[in-house]
Amino acid sequence: MGINVKVMERPVGEVSYVRATLSGLALTFKHMVHPHKVTLQYPDEKWGLPDRWRGTHRMLTTETGAAKCVACGLCPTVCPANCIKLVPGEDEAGNRYPLVFEIDEFRCIFCGYCQEVCPEEAIHLGRHYENAEFNRERFVYDLERLTAQTHPVSELWDPADPRGE
Amino acid sequence: MDPMQLPPSAGVFLVATLIKLLLVFTVYMIAVAYTTFAERKISAWIQDRIGPNRVGPWGLFQVLADGLKNLMKEEAMPGAVNKPLFVLAPALAFIPALIAWAVIPFGAPLPTPWGRIDMVVADMPIGFLFTLAITSIGVYGIVIAGWSSNNKYALLGGLRSTAQVISYELAMGMSCVVVLLMAGNVSLNQIIVQQATMGWNVLLISVAAFIFLVAGFAETNRLPFDLPEAESELITGYHTEYSAFKFSLFFIAEYANLITASALFVTLFLGGWDIPFTQWDNIGPATVGKSLATIAMFAAKVLFFMFFFIWVRWTLPRFRYDQLMSLGWKFMLPTALAYIVIVASTILGLDALGLVRGSWAYLLTMMGLNLVLVVILFFILDRGRLISPADTRVSGARLEALRRRAPRRANFAPGEIR
Repeated sequence: MGINVKVMERPVGEVSYVRATLSGLALTFKHMVHPHKVTLQYPDEKWGLPDRWRGTHRMLTTETGAAKCVACGLCPTVCPANCIKLVPGEDEAGNRYPLVFEIDEFRCIFCGYCQEVCPEEAIHLGRHYENAEFNRERFVYDLERLTAQTHPVSELWDPADPRGE
Repeated sequence: MDPMQLPPSAGVFLVATLIKLLLVFTVYMIAVAYTTFAERKISAWIQDRIGPNRVGPWGLFQVLADGLKNLMKEEAMPGAVNKPLFVLAPALAFIPALIAWAVIPFGAPLPTPWGRIDMVVADMPIGFLFTLAITSIGVYGIVIAGWSSNNKYALLGGLRSTAQVISYELAMGMSCVVVLLMAGNVSLNQIIVQQATMGWNVLLISVAAFIFLVAGFAETNRLPFDLPEAESELITGYHTEYSAFKFSLFFIAEYANLITASALFVTLFLGGWDIPFTQWDNIGPATVGKSLATIAMFAAKVLFFMFFFIWVRWTLPRFRYDQLMSLGWKFMLPTALAYIVIVASTILGLDALGLVRGSWAYLLTMMGLNLVLVVILFFILDRGRLISPADTRVSGARLEALRRRAPRRANFAPGEIR
């Protein structure tokens, strides 16, 4: 016996090898012929996402197609990852609008604070996860890209149960 | 006499052998490729998955994609390897499995206008010894791969393979002696003829069949005996340093060995191409129908055992090294030796009693004896005493002594999970 070999106490009269092997074979055979398989055929089938899923952003628009954003500057302020770049502008009527609105999705940590803080309910996180691109620059989403997104937006809380109870 | 039933002339023999060679090689290579596919599919089904299904209908072209991928990959040659042996090893692992097929008969003789063609590439009178010799060479591929890689994991894999094959080759050879006792011949054709007339060896000498099967698993390095590649311990063992098609060749060798081991088991213990419960395939003149039916029968048997090998692989975990050695030396070898003595004395006794070989009394005696031995072996002796190594067979006073020596574990109550 070697040094420090773990000694197992076994009921020597009860354990078996051949019979245990046969029962194991029966079990695997049962699984093999069982029609239920757990694989999800991913590109063809997809899991549904939960309502509170936080994915890449989407900017909601008004009826005229302009972004709802009023360039108040709350989201770049609250953003813990400092990934939102906002340059505000003002039109002749004195309405503020974003001249530049860019989100670096690589920096983003998907905390959802921007959606929470937005007074106009303009910027939202999306229920979306297929984000592959061919180069890194494409991950900086500009305003045009953010408004063009069509995926459903995240519900950060359930309106019927706002305190999460 | 009908010229279709006569042995062919030398020229026809040569041409026929070349054609058989080509056919067997092609079918064998396609079978090897699709065995990899079968392994992936069956493993997936056993694990409640679906398996490869995206390349071609039902994923059937997956093997082509895999092969192409391995051909296109960069072939890395590590700097410190022994180059000639490093290149030689994959071929040496694969070729013996292929050569062994030369002597395995796969069907009843085929009558042609030019004479009767045997459905075996080379009908050697010493066919059985040839397979034993050739399949033993296969392990050199693995050993040389492990050694020439200049990698400690690869070397350990090669060493394990050596030890394992030496241990199990003995038991395998001993179990084959019993087959030779039954057939009284070393020609594989004669062994099949004996089984066709007397009944399959798996019923007459079941213990030898069991030992041969277990040793076959060990010889082909399949789970539960895949210690040479043991991913969790040795990365992948002997083929750690291999890449691209050299790596692929080791895989081809593994599946080629699997098919060859199945075919050998079928030939030695399951009557080869013999169709059970009938005699029309063995007696009378050769016909094309008989040839095709027996080839189909042989294929069915071999396919079943290939499935069995895969099935066992995805059921059993790997043996520990001491368990492997203790199973080989303390159980398989003594059992095989004792079994030779038992079968030899039974055959001697039955012959002395004047019973004709192949008569019902003879067969029933052999089957009864085997039934008793199987029951003793699997249901009475198989109580944790046979296969588990000495270390785990501790109980009673010895265990108490060990516990006193190791105070850390002294507080465990019996039956508690540790």
